[in-house]
Amino acid sequence: MSDTTTLPRPRRALPSMTVIGPVLALVLLVIIGTALNPNFLAWANVTNVLARSAFIGIIAVGMTFVITAGGLDLSVGSMAAFIAGLMILVMNAALPALGVGVPLVLLGMATALVAGLAAGFLNGILITRLGIEAFIVTLGSMGIYRSLVTWLADGGTLSLDFTLRSFYQPVYYGGILGVSWPIIVFAVTVVLGEIAMRRMVFGRHCAAIGSNDQVARYSSVNVGRVRLMTYVLLGLLVGVATIMYVPRLGSASASTGLLWELEAIAAVIIGGTVLKGGFGRVWGTVIGVLILSLIGNILNLTDLVSPYLNGAIQGAIIILAVILQREGKAGA
Amino acid sequence: MSAPALALAGVSRSFGPVEVLHGVDIALRPGRVHALIGENGAGKSTTMKILAGYLAPSRGELRVAGTPARFASVREAEAAGIVLIHQEFNLAEQLTVEQNLFLGREIRRGWLLDKPAMRARARALLDRLSCAAGVDRVVSSLSNSDKQMLEIAKALAREARVLIMDEPTAVLTRAETDILLTQVRALRAAGTAVLFTSHKLDEVREIADDLTIMRDGAVVWQGEAAGMSEHDMAEAMVGREVSGLYPAKPPAPGGAPVLEVEGLDVPGHAEGVSFGLRAGEILGVAGLIGSGRTETFEGLCGLRPARGRIRLDGREVRVRSPAEAKALGLGYLTEDRKTRGLLLTKSLRENLTLTALERFARLTIDTAAEERALDTAIAEFDIRAGARDGPVGNLSGGNQQKLLLARTLLPEPRIVVIDEPTRGIDIGTRQQIYRFIRELAASGRSIVVISSEMQEVIGLADRVLVMCRGRVAGTLEGADITEAQIVRLAMGLGAPAPAAEEPA
Repeated sequence: MSDTTTLPRPRRALPSMTVIGPVLALVLLVIIGTALNPNFLAWANVTNVLARSAFIGIIAVGMTFVITAGGLDLSVGSMAAFIAGLMILVMNAALPALGVGVPLVLLGMATALVAGLAAGFLNGILITRLGIEAFIVTLGSMGIYRSLVTWLADGGTLSLDFTLRSFYQPVYYGGILGVSWPIIVFAVTVVLGEIAMRRMVFGRHCAAIGSNDQVARYSSVNVGRVRLMTYVLLGLLVGVATIMYVPRLGSASASTGLLWELEAIAAVIIGGTVLKGGFGRVWGTVIGVLILSLIGNILNLTDLVSPYLNGAIQGAIIILAVILQREGKAGA
Repeated sequence: MSAPALALAGVSRSFGPVEVLHGVDIALRPGRVHALIGENGAGKSTTMKILAGYLAPSRGELRVAGTPARFASVREAEAAGIVLIHQEFNLAEQLTVEQNLFLGREIRRGWLLDKPAMRARARALLDRLSCAAGVDRVVSSLSNSDKQMLEIAKALAREARVLIMDEPTAVLTRAETDILLTQVRALRAAGTAVLFTSHKLDEVREIADDLTIMRDGAVVWQGEAAGMSEHDMAEAMVGREVSGLYPAKPPAPGGAPVLEVEGLDVPGHAEGVSFGLRAGEILGVAGLIGSGRTETFEGLCGLRPARGRIRLDGREVRVRSPAEAKALGLGYLTEDRKTRGLLLTKSLRENLTLTALERFARLTIDTAAEERALDTAIAEFDIRAGARDGPVGNLSGGNQQKLLLARTLLPEPRIVVIDEPTRGIDIGTRQQIYRFIRELAASGRSIVVISSEMQEVIGLADRVLVMCRGRVAGTLEGADITEAQIVRLAMGLGAPAPAAEEPA
């Protein structure tokens, strides 16, 4: 055996398929999109795609932490719908007292954040303290929130007061230098998420727990608290996403946020995060989100394939991503 | 005496350049119970594995009913009627008794399972063992002794003529053991050849017809069991003094204890454990597997619920979690390197700093500082890693253990509990690890070494705490630390000649 003190410092290994696979897929999609429709790379289309991706994207960043720590959250879609409904109710109710203005919007935002925190905390507590499977807990809360929003809307639609809606709308449609707020918030979330995952104790602990929670426990990692924090973070980000989403349509109904959880989970997995936990990549999740939204966008812009087949193509991509992940396991 | 059903003749076995079994002869005869005893590491497991076809001998011969045989697989050995029952149960916990019995060998009628036939056969097999467990019960709901019976029934279902049992009573209570021994007698009466290992010498006295005692990979005593007392057996198991392997012991440290534990209860595992620990001292903890050694110290380090008074420097403290233990300067190195110790798919760096990660982070982690810490650990503990950023799972056991030791010491604990410091580690690395442990003590830390290997405890410890059935059976010091004394205490044979000293 060689002298141990002269071991080489880690060198950059060639990126494996799990790393470059999603990037290649994204590049391929952009090329196909441009070839099929010259307007594909137009500023308007790019910002539109990004703004629409922002909701799922912000949630998917949170989901990356949950999955990396070996958990899962199926409730985010209905949680978003419930928070949206709650936010609209609170804002409408406070309208006579506060009048249309910044304080009212801030109240709505605070409602969304607090509700998101609380919902995430509830999921997390049930999973960590009572030791119930994450799948079961969040399957249950998914049903509960979906049913609550239907009940709040009395089976119909909850709408933001009309004048309030026009006041609040810039949060979705406005922005700085032509970049809309959802894109900015999404970008900030991604940058912070990437730093937290790769450079902070929290991210390292998430990966350790997802990799082997016994080892983490024996290494004095507070496994329960870190797990709980992943769900709280996700809940908070669902709240943030909802704040961006409500001004878009100004309403919430039983079908708000439908299947968002699956899109978020799919984006995380396509991005190279391991479904069983132990390894997560926030920037990969962003690639995953973009791949999923670009497929829809391309189908809408061209008439080569029916847009109704969007789901089928997305499904095939997800399965393909997992197969590639398995082949390139050594790279993870 | 009947001809042997299964025998080893001059069998040796090497792993790489190291020979672990030296010319072993053993003969299992139909209708007789053969007990195989010896310390951990004496070569019992290797012998059993060769007998049951899990390992091939490097030299020598395996004979089935007198004719030389070579098993290519465990399946072939089972086809020849030789079944090994592992110490850990090999049962599908969520399936029923009957489903387990016929797992992989289901009786079929056309395309469908022949349930009635399997149930009837299952009942008949269990009746033969006087086991009352219902055939439809889910295995997870069975008691340990019923599970053991089910393992035996599985062996019977395969028409075992030779049954090899690896410490079948280690997990059983005394009452359950009695039931098991009755069944073993019934098997003997039915003409089965039984090989039985146990650390409990009273059971060996009770059940064995023939006896083989091993030490350091060789048979040191063989014959009829009838003439041997428990004391004789323990003495035959006692090995030579290993010189040079262990660092010299400095004079026993004096002074007030740093850690005082009083009446520590770990529900289900240990009761009323009291001891003291001084600065610079190595306290050895001996006892049989299942005596509550590991659980006691896991309880102390916040890894299990525990009650009792713990004083650090005379100040009463509570340890409710591993994080609290770390904050108090208590470190624990697990015996279970692969499933509790290391993240096998992660790099050396991430494993090294996991426990003390906050030392490397303000808002973000300083990976350069982590790399420097790894450089230091590699140099200090002589960790030999082929690829520095490769997964830790690729390291040898010895290097994994050194990395684990480095990790445990990184938060600079004052008290370090090391559970099985050298399990599955070659002799050279062992010597290094013993030296590290002694150096740690010399630097003023207090060390607890829990070990199943008596020589290790004797060679390393300044004082030895012997546990038996969840209690402290006694404490040995200085010249009293002998294998005979430890064995006596661990077997629950009462206090050694000089009265056991009360913990300091």
